[in-house]
Amino acid sequence: MTATAQPLLQVRDLKVHFKLRRGVGTPGGLVKAVDGISFDVAAGRTVALVGESGCGKSTTAYAVIGLEQPTDGKVLFDGRDITHLRGSERANLARDIQIVFQDPSAALNPKMSIADSVSEPLAIAGWTRNDRRSRISELLDRVGLPAAFSERLPSALSGGQRQRVVIARALALSPRLLILDEPVSALDVSIRSQVLNLLLELQRDLDLAYLFISHDLSVVRHLADEAMVLYLGTVMERGPIDLMFEAPQHPYTKALLSAIPLPDPVLQRKREKIILTGDLPSPLSPPPGCPFVSRCPIRVEICPTARPELRTTVSGTEAACFLTR
Amino acid sequence: MSVTDVPVLAIDDLVIDIGGNRIVDHVSLSLGSGRILAIVGESGCGKSLTALSVLGLLPKAARITGGEIRLNGRDLLPLGEAALSDIRGNEATIIFQEPVASLNPLMRVGEQVEEALRLHRGLSANAARGEAIAMMARVGIPDASRRARQYPFELSGGMCQRIMIAAALICRPALLIADEPTTALDVTIQAQILELMRDLRGDVGSAIVLITHDMGVVADLADDVCVMYGGRIVESGPVEPIFAAPRHPYTKLLLATIPTLQGQRKMTLRTIEGMVPSAESWPDGCRFRTRCPLADEACVATPPLADVGPGHAAACWHSADVEALA
Ligand SMILES: Nc1ncnc2c1ncn2[C@@H]1O[C@H](COP(=O)(O)OP(=O)(O)O)[C@@H](O)[C@H]1O
Ligand SMILES: Nc1ncnc2c1ncn2[C@@H]1O[C@H](COP(=O)(O)OP(=O)(O)O)[C@@H](O)[C@H]1O
Ligand code: SF4
Ligand SMILES: [Mg+2]
Ligand SMILES: [Mg+2]
Repeated sequence: MTATAQPLLQVRDLKVHFKLRRGVGTPGGLVKAVDGISFDVAAGRTVALVGESGCGKSTTAYAVIGLEQPTDGKVLFDGRDITHLRGSERANLARDIQIVFQDPSAALNPKMSIADSVSEPLAIAGWTRNDRRSRISELLDRVGLPAAFSERLPSALSGGQRQRVVIARALALSPRLLILDEPVSALDVSIRSQVLNLLLELQRDLDLAYLFISHDLSVVRHLADEAMVLYLGTVMERGPIDLMFEAPQHPYTKALLSAIPLPDPVLQRKREKIILTGDLPSPLSPPPGCPFVSRCPIRVEICPTARPELRTTVSGTEAACFLTR
Repeated sequence: MSVTDVPVLAIDDLVIDIGGNRIVDHVSLSLGSGRILAIVGESGCGKSLTALSVLGLLPKAARITGGEIRLNGRDLLPLGEAALSDIRGNEATIIFQEPVASLNPLMRVGEQVEEALRLHRGLSANAARGEAIAMMARVGIPDASRRARQYPFELSGGMCQRIMIAAALICRPALLIADEPTTALDVTIQAQILELMRDLRGDVGSAIVLITHDMGVVADLADDVCVMYGGRIVESGPVEPIFAAPRHPYTKLLLATIPTLQGQRKMTLRTIEGMVPSAESWPDGCRFRTRCPLADEACVATPPLADVGPGHAAACWHSADVEALA
């Protein structure tokens, strides 16, 4: 990418806040699900959002495709402001941006054949029957499914095959950006690598941009070019993937990395582990200063009182912590 | 373990049928006190049914049609419900994946931790309360006496799992079965619970059966490993050789498909062809043969779980060729 080339997706200071009404088991209040996030995704590149459940990964994705209304901030696609698009303009965007969810079974209509599911976006876009038919066989082939599958129902397929169908449908209109929200988390371990290989191959061949969401850091490292670590809706650390894994600077990134057990008993047992105490704080009462302060093993006096800004660190990542250099 | 020691848990040739399908097929395993045995495998391979059978908790549809289960030498299968419920929560306990769903929503968590003590040890309410709060503090619940008066919905998933563990350990059971205890938890909470289990086996001395599909969790905690596929143990042994020199193609490939924190990024990952078959479509002979790169005519017959090293066994006709499998 040259310096002047415009990133395909630009997200600027995105905020999505939810007002919760008081009810049984909740005092009500404001959930700042996403609270000021900025990033770019260029064609052919993968940016990963990582972090524990409830940190705002899905909400960020939904705001990008208009399933949630941003409270503040901007989303630009190809330079065009799409933050508040509605109606037919929003619908037209489906040609360019598609999303794949975690659970392929929920994403497919159990009564529709694979061919009908895959051709749905084509039919909506006004493709003729004949064009649709040849596009379907092209797409099934593209995602590694035999043509014979087209007349089957989702129930006749395994989880991994269903996720291929969902990916084929997402590719139908040749989008340029795919949002992948935990795309392999629901799949059997022995099937995950098949789907990861497919995603890598599609990106290489079609120059796709990926916004990739996962809580599995080994998968993120394998697939992504850049990662952003979120905590309570804000970025703790971001940077190129090799730096994030080899020289993380933020105490939360370090703890998160050290918490993944490595599938190697010798290495895993002699590794130094950072065990965080306590739980994620309630999103309803985030601590006033650094969002991570209640669990941070290295906090100092200033941390609960002021919010650290993202700054470039010695390793080259950007981190929001008073103590990183 | 000396030859005369009786293992805490010994399962011998266990067979469980559901409908016409042999869901657990001649499973044998044993473990001694203070040891952690991991049962690892993908969903549907029979891990939970094997575990549930020990405590007499199998679903109605399931029938044990063969084998023996011994807890500290006592044969459990002939026992009736009264004798089994005497064992559950006392000599042997189980914790599940979904801590919130496993707790009684209408009962204060402290009472749930105490329950086994009052039931099995006949302790007074006061004495039981004191021990329960001490155990809650021991498993890392801050402010335990206040927490004891709360209900499950007031606690996080990680806290509820600690409550489950406290309730499971309160009678110092000889055997703790943990069925995917961290699968529903975030990684930083998982790390806390794994650390806790490591500590507890030291001071409570329970034998632990740890069920998981995560090879990282196995590597972190297990002394010994049983790898299951299609209702059978396909490989078993001490944790080091299982990872360093697996002798069943399934174990080897499963490990090779996982992206690691050291591997080359974006390279094509090793795959296992096909999908995990459901019980109705398990093939004859070796159940892995429809997906196995080493399969040949020999594999139509069922391979025995045969010794391949000290304490290490694999059920594969071609276990000698697994090392060369790239
Ligand atoms: N529609 C909604 N109404 C209220 N709160 C919500 C809504 N959607 C998400 N949240 C809250 O926003 C936070 C971020 O959620 P989410 O983006 O789903 O996290 P992640 O995908 O990282 O697990 C959570 O605290 C969640 O409970
Ligand atoms: N209540 C039940 N009724 C019918 N089949 C069952 C029942 N419980 C489990 N099974 C079948 O038994 C097999 C093994 O199940 P399980 O032991 O739960 O697997 P795992 O814990 O390894 O995921 C599965 O193929 C499942 O379909
Ligand atoms: S017995 Fe045959 S099919 Fe089964 S794992 Fe060994 S080589 Fe593969
Ligand atoms: Mg999510
Ligand atoms: Mg299970």
